[in-house]
Amino acid sequence: MTCVHLLLTLVFAVSLGTPVEIQRPRGVPLTSIQFYVENKPFTCLDGSRAIPFDRVNDDYCDCKDGSDEPGTAACPNGSFHCTNAGYRPMFIPSSRINDGICDCCDTTDEYNSGAKCENTCKELGRKEREVLQKMAEITKEGFLLKQHLIEEAKKGQQEKKSKVTDMQGNKKQLDEKVEVLRTVKETAEQPEKEAKERHLKAWEEQKAAIRLEKDKAKMAEAFFVSVSELQSHAELDADADGTLTETEAQGLMGGAEQVDTSTFESVWPNIKDKYHSEVSREEADMSCLVSSEVPFGKMFFFFFTVVKLSAQKARDDFEEAEKALREMDDQIRNIEKELSFDFGPDAEFTYLYSQCYELTTSEYIYRLCPFNRISQKPKYGGSETNLGTWGSWSGPENNKYLLMKYEHGTGCWQGPNRSTTVKLTCGKETVVTSTSEPSRCEYLMEFTTPAVCQEPANTDLSPHDHEEL
Amino acid sequence: MAASCDSLLPLILLLCLSAQAVDRSNFKTCDQSAFCKHQRELKPGQSPYRALLDTLELSDSRLTLQLINDNNKVRLLLELYRLQGNMTRVKINELKPLKPRYEVPDVLISDPITEALSVVAQDENSLVLSLGGKDQRLIVSAQPFRLDIVEGPQVLMSLNSRGLLAFEHLRARKDTASHTGKEEDKPGMWEETFKSHTDSKPNGPSSISLDFSLPGVEHVYGIPEHADTLKLKNTDGSDPYRLYNLDVFQYELHNPMALYGAVPVLISHSTDRTMGIFWLNAAETWVDISSNTAGKVRVIPQTDVRWISESGLIDVFIMLGPKPADVFTQYASLTGTQSFPPLSALAYHQCRWNYNDQEDVKTVDQGFDEHDIPYDFIWLDIEHADGKRYFTWDPSNFPQPKEMLQGLMDKRRKLVAIVDPHIRVDSGYKIHNEIRSKNFYVKNKDGGDYEGWCWPGNSGYPDFTNPEMRAWWASQFAYDQYEGSMENQYIWNDMNEPSVFNGPEVTMHKDALHGVWEHRDVHNLYGLYVQKATADGLILRSGGVQRPFVLTRAFFAGSQRYGAVWTGDNAAEWGHLKISIPMCLSLGLVGISFCGADVGGFFKHPSAELLVRWYQVGAYQPFFRAHAHIDTPRREPWLFGPENTALIREAIRQRYALLPYWYQLFYNTHRTGQPVMRPLWVEYPDDVATFSIEDEYLIGKDLLVHPVTDEGATGVTAYLPGKGEVMCFSTLNGFLSLPSLKYFLWVSHIPVFQRGGSIICRKDRVRRSSSCMENDPYTLYVAPSSQGSAEGELYIDDFHTFSFEVAKQFVHRHLSFSANTLSSRNLAPDSQFSTASWIEKIVIFGGSQPSSVTLKNADGTESALEFEFGSTLAVLTLRKPGVNAAADWTVVLR
Repeated sequence: MTCVHLLLTLVFAVSLGTPVEIQRPRGVPLTSIQFYVENKPFTCLDGSRAIPFDRVNDDYCDCKDGSDEPGTAACPNGSFHCTNAGYRPMFIPSSRINDGICDCCDTTDEYNSGAKCENTCKELGRKEREVLQKMAEITKEGFLLKQHLIEEAKKGQQEKKSKVTDMQGNKKQLDEKVEVLRTVKETAEQPEKEAKERHLKAWEEQKAAIRLEKDKAKMAEAFFVSVSELQSHAELDADADGTLTETEAQGLMGGAEQVDTSTFESVWPNIKDKYHSEVSREEADMSCLVSSEVPFGKMFFFFFTVVKLSAQKARDDFEEAEKALREMDDQIRNIEKELSFDFGPDAEFTYLYSQCYELTTSEYIYRLCPFNRISQKPKYGGSETNLGTWGSWSGPENNKYLLMKYEHGTGCWQGPNRSTTVKLTCGKETVVTSTSEPSRCEYLMEFTTPAVCQEPANTDLSPHDHEEL
Repeated sequence: MAASCDSLLPLILLLCLSAQAVDRSNFKTCDQSAFCKHQRELKPGQSPYRALLDTLELSDSRLTLQLINDNNKVRLLLELYRLQGNMTRVKINELKPLKPRYEVPDVLISDPITEALSVVAQDENSLVLSLGGKDQRLIVSAQPFRLDIVEGPQVLMSLNSRGLLAFEHLRARKDTASHTGKEEDKPGMWEETFKSHTDSKPNGPSSISLDFSLPGVEHVYGIPEHADTLKLKNTDGSDPYRLYNLDVFQYELHNPMALYGAVPVLISHSTDRTMGIFWLNAAETWVDISSNTAGKVRVIPQTDVRWISESGLIDVFIMLGPKPADVFTQYASLTGTQSFPPLSALAYHQCRWNYNDQEDVKTVDQGFDEHDIPYDFIWLDIEHADGKRYFTWDPSNFPQPKEMLQGLMDKRRKLVAIVDPHIRVDSGYKIHNEIRSKNFYVKNKDGGDYEGWCWPGNSGYPDFTNPEMRAWWASQFAYDQYEGSMENQYIWNDMNEPSVFNGPEVTMHKDALHGVWEHRDVHNLYGLYVQKATADGLILRSGGVQRPFVLTRAFFAGSQRYGAVWTGDNAAEWGHLKISIPMCLSLGLVGISFCGADVGGFFKHPSAELLVRWYQVGAYQPFFRAHAHIDTPRREPWLFGPENTALIREAIRQRYALLPYWYQLFYNTHRTGQPVMRPLWVEYPDDVATFSIEDEYLIGKDLLVHPVTDEGATGVTAYLPGKGEVMCFSTLNGFLSLPSLKYFLWVSHIPVFQRGGSIICRKDRVRRSSSCMENDPYTLYVAPSSQGSAEGELYIDDFHTFSFEVAKQFVHRHLSFSANTLSSRNLAPDSQFSTASWIEKIVIFGGSQPSSVTLKNADGTESALEFEFGSTLAVLTLRKPGVNAAADWTVVLR
């Protein structure tokens, strides 16, 4: 059976440096000491019942809320308070009392387990203070940088907003200019268009005449009279099985075995599109033949040049104006897009826009382009993998700007699309500090930036000695 | 992990396609397995075998006589033994085989003790042997040959009564000189091809078959491992149940297909008698079950069972019961009992493929403390090793394994790392080089080292059937051999069917060679040997002091001696949660009590509801481990919102509170072979209503669990067996007493009932690991029967060494309550152990308010105990008896 110390004398230093002794049951925080009065019945803190004081910390759980056993493991829901003088006080579940594992740096949780615990509070306190100090410095500097970032961002935003306003004014003028030039252009182009149409028509007529000539010549060359003769022309094969059967050939000839010149004229349209002359197969393509006709080309070019000269300037002017308008539209859209991002309550994240930050690990180069995308590229060659494109801020309710979520990256086999959570911490520099893949295809990236540095609290760095009192 | 295709590349493709269920075409049906097809074509009828009674030879304990097949004149030798503990052994081999046939070694713990057989009657066609007491007789009929085991006028079991004894004798190949050419060849006898794999079958046909008839029997169980009902189904018109250890990718439910392990033991049960058939054969085996009552009424029930194996010999142990407990004792006397695990192995295990690195392990470890959830073991899957070279650590993710292990040890926690039997073929890998130089690899049919694809790519497979190889393997777990290992690191053997990604049916070629034997002969035994060698290694590294803990996926009869098994690569589906119960019950019936299923389901992502329910089920199954596939999102218990975290925490805490009961049950099964997780019929053998129940079960005999396994369920209807027994239902607030009727219960928690008449010891101070609770006090929960009495046991030792066995260092108490007196009595007076644990509280249900309670100590001193009585639930709580848990004491209520 465990030997239970009812009362524990605690000695610790207060900020004045004077040692003070306060008696209280083991595991009770100073804030609750008034409920544990020696030799008076103890009332469970939930008020459920009262028990004699000698049942407090007697290693048997009497109170449903566990309040009678703050210093033993008897109650499943109890908690134990360690003072941890020199470091920070804390509560631990009472199941951790005497479990052989040192939880409290002042060793008070292991008073009867045989565990060899050393008091590490001073050391921890010192380390913590160092860390806090360092953090405070970083926060302080970071916060200053953040102010600067905010100023820059606000200035930048103002500039951009007014630029957009200006550009929208300019755009209106440009719109009008484009319309005017369009009219000029269309007027100038009228004669050119007419000339073109006229000559096109003439050319079509001439082309038709030439085609007719050629057709006749070809028919004359092709003239044949028997089925067997026609069968030598496999290109006429109707069912494309590679041979022209007798029946197929007869069909092409209107059922007759043989034809004369006049009947051949009626057969010819059936076969002329497919018919290949043995001697002139390569020139059978009419359009090819026509486009190589030099005389007509020359003629057309002459007309065109004359008319075009007069329309060209109007066209150039118009196109230039239209291009300028398009560019301006793009610029306005880009700035508006940028302005539409949530860059934080004070626009402190603005500076990250259109920047990229890299981290090289043993295998990969990770690249974070805030508000845009994250990628991973093998260090020694190989293609880039998209780990997600900008989704949203996704930190906890009280500060959503602590996490960024990038989604819909490259798909994983038998898994989801890759996604990345970026955890932002306060730092003087803007750096990706680590990446990991806690779950398949779900990445975690740690990123420091001054933009999340909070305003430093009053720089009193010795809060621990006060908390107990 | 599972794999299921012909090479690594198709494996990946297959995974891409993410098949919903098993690709059945990767695995043979009976029709695709030549011997099964041929044997099954043989229909019941007159047996060609005749016993030659004049060849009878009877020694004190052994009877032999020859059988002749009148069709081909081949003679067999029948051996009959009467074994101690009401068992009969029947062996049939060829009288003069062309070469020796494989006889399974290392499964029986020793040569079974025989008892005298005597001939009590004989005529020209039969022989009657006495099987000892209870007028049990074994009748040998000569023509046609059959065996009948009778008790008085009642036939208990008949062998070859349907004439399905078939023994393919070894014969010379046609192309050899010694071939006599008498027999007709059937397709597949001398070579067979499945998919792209050809089995060269150099020994030709060698299969065996025998039928067993069980008059009066409608319920048969066992022959795991199948994802199927507890009660075996009739296999007429479907494939037989198959026993062939296979790595089945995404296995299907309610299917007789083979899975990772095989225990060729069938248990029959009726209100009259419980019996068992142990078919000791490690080759591919098929079991046909045929019931004459299927779809019929008013016939005398009978179940016929037919066993078919590809090679080896017929070696059958008939366990004659008559009670369920007797069959378990009988089987345990043959193959041994469940190893007694260290206490922590019965606690909660946190696994995932994979915890990425040391930092990840640390974070998860802290996560449990932050969320105040206990756990004992964290597990590392294959990615922890350097390029899947087992016995090594990935240098970038696990650069300081000892630092990691020490961190866990500081929290009194432990780690399991995987060591699979496939060895990466890599001349820079010490393990491979040694195995190769010692010539320890399995050989291919041409005598070279057998190689196949597995996780590391091209791999060799050590020949675990070789005792020298096993001894060497065991030596590799020594702390100076296995760098980075420490005493709080334990081992997990996966893929030991063995899994060969590019092998036939994802396993080893049957014509591969283990010394003189073909893989065909030893296949189902391979996994057992892997676990045995590993467990031996863990014992060895501690100088024989510490109990090992090794988890295996493949198993065989006898595997219970080496550690735990799990049901392999299940899925996050309600059906898989449900099937975990009959799967583990079936294993428990055949000796393997330390069974569990991956909590949450291995493949796929469970909903929060499914995950919570699975924790609630897992907390009440013997091996309690959460596991997840690498492609699933993280699912540590705190990732599903505070409410679900609280429910999971509660389930795990219930497990920890009940660890004394689990521990005592494992001690009990280690001693006696009685299963830990039991079907209801085992304890209520006369209650026909329990015979097919598989959605509720008993833990030991005192806890009845009806877990919730349906989506959206708000309650369960529990069948409470026993006449007039009281069941106490544990709720979050206390206990309710219920009469033994069907009950509908509202549940936001786990429906667990304590049997009236029992005393259960718990440790209600749940801490962050079981080791932290070793010295904590006990609370006794007394649930009196309707006669007002109850009993229970308490077992305590150092929780992790063999001292309990070698030095009798333990406490074993019998607790009994009757006539308002509760006392603790020593069950093992010759044992000695001192414990710091004491009795902090005694809770008695269903009584009336006493006027006083007195504690009498062993030294005669008496003291009054304070108590509280809650009249609404009639719960009497005795405050702080304070006696040492090892002491004699009595508490009297007046």
